Amino acid sequence: MPLTLPTYPQPDERGRYGRFGGRYVPETLIPALDELEQAYLTAKTDPAYLNELERLHREFVGRPSGLYLAERLTAHAGGAKIYLKREDQNYTGAHKINNCLAQALLAKRMGKQRVVAETGAGQHGVASATAAALLGLDCVVYMGAEDIRRQELNVFRMKLLGAEVRAVTSGTSTLKDATNEAIRDWVTNVRDTFYILGSVVGPHPYPAMVRDFQSVIGEEVKVQLQALEGTPTPDVIVACVGGGSNAIGIFAPYAYLPDGQRPRLIGTEAAGEGVDTGRHAASVAGGRVGVLHGSMMYLLNDAEGQIVPPHSISAGLDYPGIGPEHCLYSDTGLAEYVPVTDAQALEGLQLCTRLEGIIPALESAHAIYHAVELARTMRPEQTIVVNLSGRGDKDVAEVMRLLDLPEGQSSTPSHNLPGHNLPHAPSVTAQQEVQA
Amino acid sequence: MTAPAQTGAQPQATTPGAARIHAAFARAAQEGRAAFIPFMTAGYPTASAFPAVADALLTQADLLEVGIPYSDPLGDGPTIQRASEQALGGGTSTRHTLQLVKDLRARHDTPIVIMTYVNPIYAVGPREFMRLAQDAGVDGLILPDLPPDQDLEIADLAAEHGIAVTFLIAPTSTPERVKLVAEACTGFLYAVSVTGVTGTREGAALGEVPAMLALARQYARVPVAVGFGVKDAETAHQVAQVADGVVVGSAFINAVQHGQDVGALAASIAEGCRKD
Repeated sequence: MPLTLPTYPQPDERGRYGRFGGRYVPETLIPALDELEQAYLTAKTDPAYLNELERLHREFVGRPSGLYLAERLTAHAGGAKIYLKREDQNYTGAHKINNCLAQALLAKRMGKQRVVAETGAGQHGVASATAAALLGLDCVVYMGAEDIRRQELNVFRMKLLGAEVRAVTSGTSTLKDATNEAIRDWVTNVRDTFYILGSVVGPHPYPAMVRDFQSVIGEEVKVQLQALEGTPTPDVIVACVGGGSNAIGIFAPYAYLPDGQRPRLIGTEAAGEGVDTGRHAASVAGGRVGVLHGSMMYLLNDAEGQIVPPHSISAGLDYPGIGPEHCLYSDTGLAEYVPVTDAQALEGLQLCTRLEGIIPALESAHAIYHAVELARTMRPEQTIVVNLSGRGDKDVAEVMRLLDLPEGQSSTPSHNLPGHNLPHAPSVTAQQEVQA
Repeated sequence: MTAPAQTGAQPQATTPGAARIHAAFARAAQEGRAAFIPFMTAGYPTASAFPAVADALLTQADLLEVGIPYSDPLGDGPTIQRASEQALGGGTSTRHTLQLVKDLRARHDTPIVIMTYVNPIYAVGPREFMRLAQDAGVDGLILPDLPPDQDLEIADLAAEHGIAVTFLIAPTSTPERVKLVAEACTGFLYAVSVTGVTGTREGAALGEVPAMLALARQYARVPVAVGFGVKDAETAHQVAQVADGVVVGSAFINAVQHGQDVGALAASIAEGCRKD
C-alpha cells in the first residue's frame, strides 16, 4: 500500500489552531522553521520520500501494528468491546519511532548531518538514536539529570546506538528543561542541525508535522476495524496525553469527520496524585493558557507565568503543556480530556498485564484504566479502541518499587487491585520547592 | 575596523518611552559613543541587593535593561538562566520586578527597558501588564521569544501605554525578516551578534554583524544595538564601531556572582563604547 500523508484543516497558514500554536521562538529560528516547513511540504508529496518511509515502516518498524480484541479485559469490564492498537509492537517499543524515522529521513533530505532531540523517559531518545544510527546521522540527546538517573537502561541504549547523551541540570532537570536545552542547541547550531522534536508541541510546523507522521496509527485502525467489525469507526477512542503525539495520531484521522460520524475521542491526562493536590501533569484540567517551547497551549503555569513543574508516575506524561491541536479539540468539543491518577494508572497496568499478558507503558495504562471504566457503561455491541502507545519494559523497575505484590499471588484481580496503598512519590526537587 | 555607519533615517518617536530611548542614543552619539546598555536580572543576586547593583550600572548606562526572571528562558545561556533561578528562588517575579523598576525610576532619569519572555505578559494579562509597566515608568520592552508577526496586539498595547518595543534580528535572518522586524521596532532594534543564546564567548568576532547591520539600517527607523557575547571593554569597543548601542549582560551577572566591582566593570565597558 503506497503511503500518503494526510491533509487536515488545521492549523491555519500561520501555524495556529484557533488561538493556540504559533511560533514563539527567538528570531534566529524563524528562517529554520520556514525552511523546515517548505522541506516538509515538498517531502509530503514526493514519492521517493513516501516510498522510503513506507518501506521503513514495514521492514524496520514492523508496521502495521496489530489491532487486538482484548477479550479478557472486555469480559472484565462487562460492556463494550475493548480493542488495543498495539503500538507497543513497534521496534523500539513505542509509537515514537514512527515520527523519528520520518523526521530523520527529512533531515537527510535537507542535508543536515547532525540531529538533536530531547527525551524524558528515554523512548523518544532511543527512537531518535535508532533512526540516526540507521541513517548515519550524528545524534545528541538532551535528557534531564533526574531522568538519566531514573532511566539508566535507556541511557545506555542510546549510547550503544552511537548517540551522545547530554545531562541537563538546569531548572527541574527533567523533560521540560531537556527541551529548553535542545532548543538552545538548535538556536546555536541551526545551520547544520536538525531538531527531532518528539511530540505535537513546539513551534509550527512541528505540531502539524508530528501529527501527520503519527496519523498512520489512526489510518491503520480504520482499515483494521473495517475488517474486524465491518466499520472503520469505533464508538470511542481513548489515548493517553502528555504532549499528545500518540493521541493525535489516532484522533486526527477521525477528528475532522462531520458530527454524527465522529467517534468520541477521549484523551487521558496524568492527574498524578490528584488535580486538586497540585502534584499532576493535567494541563487541560489543571492548567491555563500560556506559552512554552514556542507554542501557545494549555500549560501548568502560575499567576505570574512561571512554569509549574509537573508530576506523573509516568515520565512520558511528565510535561507541563499539551499540544495546541489538543487544546483546540478541547475548546471546540472535538475531543474530551479526562484526568487519570497515578494510582488508577497502576491499576490499569495491572489489569492489562494480568488479563491480557501485555505489560503496557505507564503512559498507556492511563488510557486503559479509563477505557475499562467507560466500557462498563456501554453496550456489548459497541467498541472502544485504546491506543496502547508503548510497552512497559522501561517502567518495570518503577512499578516494582511502587507495588508490593503479595507472595504467591496469581489469581485474576478484582477491580480493586493493589496499588491504592502507594508510598509517597519521591520528594520534590529544590526547584519545585522554589516554585511551589 | 569599518567606519561608523549612520542610521538610515531619523528616529521617529511614537511614544514617550520611544522618545526617551531615542534621546539617550542621540546623546551618546553626540558624545562620540555607542549607547551603553547593561543588563541585569531583577532580584539578582537578591531582591534586597539588586537596587545597589542597578544603581552602580545606572551611573554608567545610557539605558538599563532589566530582565524579568523566568523559569524557562530558552533564549538565554546558563549564566542568565542561573541568575533567573536564583532571583525566582528569592521571590522576585513579574509584579515584583515592575516594583523594583518603579523604585529605580524614582532615583534615576536613565531610560529603563524590560526584557521579558512572553509568558509572564500573558499570565498577568497583556493589558494589565502594560498598565503596571507604565505605572512603573518602563520605557521599553525587549521580547526575545516574540517575533513581531506572532502577536500584533502586544505592540499595540505597549504603544497605547507609552511604551516602546524592541524585537531581535539574528545572523540567520533573511532580508524579508530583517525588514519585517526592523519596521516593527519602535524603541531600538536589537541585533544578535551570533546564532546562539546569551553569554560571553571566547574569541567572539563580529563576523556577519556589519552586513546584518547594513541591511537593518535600510529599514529601521530606530537606533540599532548589538548584543550577545560582549564581555569587556575590548569587545564592546569593536561592536561600538558599527552599532548605535552595545548590550552587555552575562558579564555583569558573572561579576556579581564573583563579588567583583560591578561599577568599575561598567565604567570600563562604557569607556570601551567610545567610537574611534
